[in-house]
Amino acid sequence: MKLTGARILIEGLRKEGVEIIFGYPGGQVLPIFDALYDAPLKLILTRHEQAAAHAADGYARATGKVGVCLATSGPGATNLVTGIATAYMDSIPMVAITGQVKTFLIGNDSFQEADITGITRPITKHNYLVEDVNDLARIIKEAFHIASTGRPGPVLIDLPSDIQMKETEFVYPEKVDIRGYKPTYEGHPGQIKRAAKAISEAKRPILYVGGGVIISDASEEVRKLAIDNDIPVTMTLLGLGAFPQDNELSLGMLGMHGTAYANHAIMESDLIIAVGARFDDRVTGKVDTFAPHAKVIHIDIDPASVSKSVAVDIPIVGDAKTILKDLVKAVKKPDTKDWLKTVKDWKVKHPLKYKDNGKIKPQYVLEEIWRATKGEAIICTEVGQHQMWAAQFYKFTKPRTMISSGGLGTMGYGFPAAIGAQFGKPKATVFDIAGDGSIQMNIQELATAVINKLPVKVAILNNGYLGMVRQWQELFYKKRYSYTCLGGTCPDFVKLAESYGAVGIRVTKKEEVRPAIDRALATDNCVFLDFHVEEEENVYPMVPAGEAINKMLGGGLA
Amino acid sequence: MKHTISVLVENKFGVLARISGLFSARGFNISSLAVGETEDPTVSRMTIVVDGDEKTLEQIKKQLNKLIDVIKVVDFNKGAFLDRELMLVKVSVTPKTRKEVLEAIESIGGIIENAGTHSISVAVTGDHTKIKALLELLRPFGILEVVRTGRVAMRTEDKGLKVEGKPEVNE
Repeated sequence: MKLTGARILIEGLRKEGVEIIFGYPGGQVLPIFDALYDAPLKLILTRHEQAAAHAADGYARATGKVGVCLATSGPGATNLVTGIATAYMDSIPMVAITGQVKTFLIGNDSFQEADITGITRPITKHNYLVEDVNDLARIIKEAFHIASTGRPGPVLIDLPSDIQMKETEFVYPEKVDIRGYKPTYEGHPGQIKRAAKAISEAKRPILYVGGGVIISDASEEVRKLAIDNDIPVTMTLLGLGAFPQDNELSLGMLGMHGTAYANHAIMESDLIIAVGARFDDRVTGKVDTFAPHAKVIHIDIDPASVSKSVAVDIPIVGDAKTILKDLVKAVKKPDTKDWLKTVKDWKVKHPLKYKDNGKIKPQYVLEEIWRATKGEAIICTEVGQHQMWAAQFYKFTKPRTMISSGGLGTMGYGFPAAIGAQFGKPKATVFDIAGDGSIQMNIQELATAVINKLPVKVAILNNGYLGMVRQWQELFYKKRYSYTCLGGTCPDFVKLAESYGAVGIRVTKKEEVRPAIDRALATDNCVFLDFHVEEEENVYPMVPAGEAINKMLGGGLA
Repeated sequence: MKHTISVLVENKFGVLARISGLFSARGFNISSLAVGETEDPTVSRMTIVVDGDEKTLEQIKKQLNKLIDVIKVVDFNKGAFLDRELMLVKVSVTPKTRKEVLEAIESIGGIIENAGTHSISVAVTGDHTKIKALLELLRPFGILEVVRTGRVAMRTEDKGLKVEGKPEVNE
């Protein structure tokens, strides 16, 4: 049967199991939108293309499926860029489809033309400019394959509007064969044996677990390795949820705003078992001081992540779940009794803490959200202080419940991501933890939430500042608060929410916090909770940039 | 230290941009780069000379391998290989220096492509040492223009670099 390029796109998406796309129309995607008009696929109309990309990303993180976004050429495409870069840094499977000017106009500086394959080259796993409608089906198949296998990532398909209208026979390929792309899944048996031996002989081992464990669905295997062998576990921001924080072996998050006990345990350990983590600078602090006594095992699907910043003794390239399954079988339980005692002692003596002074402390709000949701909500965040407090004070127990822009650190990510997550998990309670700065970067998505009847709860920790930058200015720039004061009362978030048809609740007293959360949870609508929190509260502990991670301000062991 | 790496890539538009973009984005230095079609028209070969320590080189190879359009990456610093570049050079001559210049060119094995009254144009192929030697010999006479290709290289003691999937990267 002959189909137009636009129809082939829709059929291809259906073959890939896509049920929902996030997007925004425009001149060069008119044929695609016409095909969508009566297609068995739902398009969610966001109010900004950036939000479409973040929503696709949030959907992917919550479900493990490939997120799909669609925008027109030129500005539509460039508006996707931040969302694509966010997904790229955090290895999120995404297919972004952009319209392009007609093939014969490309390169002519035509109206709404942008070289989006050129622009996104360094922030996509791969991208395509479709030049012939006969290539389209194969390209769609390849794009989904590349996005979702190996180390996942975004793939962009740039589709000129004349190709969308051209007809050809639709044949969807059964298989993909890309000679330059063959990810390794099985771990090298010799390396697994060496790793098992190192674990069995370790006195002070620690599991350092990242987002790769969540992507690979390896939480169960991590749990088994840790619990069977009495190995404490620390997680990166993206790894939160991979190991239950109510387990006594959990040390919570490590790194710049990690717990004192996690950072200390890393620094004192004699063996780091890194799984699906990439020794990012927010985790290692000053690299040459990082974990001086430790041998390093690194399990990762991306060979380029191995020995990139920290030298690795036993690399195992492959899929975390597959490798851990074999590793668990090969490990003999090490004697970690003394080590666990030391670590537990640190945990008791140096917990995460904050001073209660009767005002609304942001940490308290997080604790109450955690209690009210029994730790079972999907927590999306924006970027800044509130993000770190969410990581510290919401005790995640399940994978795919912490959704945050870790690598790129994108303000404005959380709200659209929460919308995407809610579409992916309609029955889940979905929160966006926000600051009064970040929420304003994609606040227009209130319309998307309300129109689609999404009960997303947005908890704004409103301190009137760009809090994280203010904190750095306080600590390292002599309190010269240069352009970080937002005022706190502008906009009126309650009225703003109401004007969109959402519910707005302002909370100014500590005792109102929990009732407000309960009211929000009982509301079947999008709710903005405007918590007026302590203005100059800092996130502690904190490792100053370029320091060793056991040199922590506020709450460290030293 | 300089390394010569040979990269087999898909012969498609945009691949060169992906490779050069990767080098600039990650702060790797390219000393020279040469691209051309191979015996298989769907495959191009890039010979890249890079400057960096072992760790940097390792990252370069891994990052190149991550590109979907890269089929194979081989580091030529292990094992015997042949490398050549082509240089065109225009040197100025006077009736007085003419003989001496011609001798210098001949001693290196350069080919005189054009001999004018005021200048001689020479082509020379060879490895880095030979190219450098000719330049040094001609420099005193006044070099007017130098045009060099990038280095191309080939292993001499194997059956040839072929496309059969990426090598196992598992260490």
